[in-house]
Amino acid sequence: MPEERRAGRAIVAVFCLAALAAVPAIAAAADAPFYVELFARVMIFAIAALSLDFILGYGGMVSFGHSAFLGIGCYAVGILSFHGIFDGYVHVAAAMVASAAAALVIGYVSLRTRGVHFIMITLAFGQMVYFLAESLNQYGGDDGLNIRRPSDFGAALDLADPVHLYYLIFAVLLLCLWAGGRVVRSRFGMVLQGARSNERRMAALGFPVFRYKLAAFVLAGTVCGVAGALFANLTLFASPAIMHWTRSGEIMVMVILGGIGTLFGPVLGAAAYLLLESGLSRATEHWQAVLGPLLLLVVLFSKTGLFGMMAAAVTARRGARG
Amino acid sequence: MPEADSPEALLETHALTKSFGGLVATGGVSLLVMPREIHAVIGPNGAGKTTLVAELAGELRPDSGSIRFAGRDISRLRAAQRAALGIARSFQITSVFGEFSALDNVALAVQAHAGHSFRFWRAARADPRLREPARAALAEVGLADRADIAASVLSHGEKRALEIAMVLATAPRLVLLDEPMAGMGPEDAAAMVELLASLKGRLAIVLIEHDMDAVFALADRITVLVYGRVIATGTPAAIRQDPEVRRAYLGESAA
Repeated sequence: MPEERRAGRAIVAVFCLAALAAVPAIAAAADAPFYVELFARVMIFAIAALSLDFILGYGGMVSFGHSAFLGIGCYAVGILSFHGIFDGYVHVAAAMVASAAAALVIGYVSLRTRGVHFIMITLAFGQMVYFLAESLNQYGGDDGLNIRRPSDFGAALDLADPVHLYYLIFAVLLLCLWAGGRVVRSRFGMVLQGARSNERRMAALGFPVFRYKLAAFVLAGTVCGVAGALFANLTLFASPAIMHWTRSGEIMVMVILGGIGTLFGPVLGAAAYLLLESGLSRATEHWQAVLGPLLLLVVLFSKTGLFGMMAAAVTARRGARG
Repeated sequence: MPEADSPEALLETHALTKSFGGLVATGGVSLLVMPREIHAVIGPNGAGKTTLVAELAGELRPDSGSIRFAGRDISRLRAAQRAALGIARSFQITSVFGEFSALDNVALAVQAHAGHSFRFWRAARADPRLREPARAALAEVGLADRADIAASVLSHGEKRALEIAMVLATAPRLVLLDEPMAGMGPEDAAAMVELLASLKGRLAIVLIEHDMDAVFALADRITVLVYGRVIATGTPAAIRQDPEVRRAYLGESAA
């Protein structure tokens, strides 16, 4: 990547992250606490979307069941709380283990297929998990499960306080962006990208591609499970709706809208999608009629999504000034 | 048994058979490749040459027959496992990683043979253990000054050379080259012949090629396939004289 473009991207990313860091202060000043919750939701979906981008954008795995892991993480917190276990570390560990185990099974079966079949089989698995949650009558069935109180991380971090929760989510997002950036540039990341580009060639070079793709799939599922655990804390509610297949579609739209194969793009995609939803849905219930053409425009005019467009604009301005 | 017949062979196939429906692609191909020899496989279109390469590389499972490599039965090993043992291949249709730079392509080939890749943290592009051997392989095929160019924008001849660099970077014992000169102009083809000649004596090569001048210039031995069957194997001089080969193949192409 040319140096100027990389600089443009870095500027956009740093600016956006700084803006996210400032949201609670601005919301407090404007006396609009609603925005803390809205942007907390944006960041949770940003984490989910960037985990999908890891396998979709870098690994070429078009997984259409990604919201299952969001739901599994959410239910891990909900079910443990239901049984009176509130320890936050246990919650997060359970969300990670459960979503990793589910990803291992789903990936192990799905990754034996390619293309449209892979899309369909991940979609089918996603729906299976959805109906499984619906059938859990003990945990609310299709009505969902109220969570009595948030994960308990001791006195220093009180998740009942929206600002504490906000900064916890922000920290997890930063961690995912930083660690994800390292992983995609590592040897493992090179294998993943090679498999996206030309799987047959990878095998001929001597890479047992399946196990690397499976590892990436499990990693992405685990991260998405953490996003689910955070979502449980935000809404204090676990419901099958979070893993409906349309939710998987929304996460994929966020990835594509923001910029596939960039990790940071999905953060912008999640923000754009949820802010549009929040803004437009107050104006009209047909807000998706606006979103559709917008998505079309972004996909038609920029392969690199919003992130690429914004980075290009910054680069152009800098070039004009220099 | 085969191993008693030829203890010194690097690669040995025994009656490899593969049919697609009613079409016999390879009909009992037995082949011996000695260490460090260039063994050309020639034959008219549809003779089963590419099927043979796919069977040797482990991408196609033969219906029957066996393959031994370096004294070991590899018939049941998958492509990646065979590559790990030291069998490298190039493809008839250029097969490189287009978005990666030329150097990235070769570094990935090096990485394939540098232990497992469950290494999640250090930047692969900053790792001299991958980059230096990759640069050396690029230099060897004359692409040193194209290292940072995206593979997709290299010329056809450069892509073919890049494939050879990727093959060399894995330090293989046996290389399967499926028409390395396909689609090349005379200049690029001459450069490729020179490059392959420079490899002579370093590693064993199974060379599938239509360019007869190249084949007769490079090969130590030649096997002629027609309709999936071996009709002759021998030195270039012997193949030139073989009446059956002349009738079935060379006579037509020379005319």
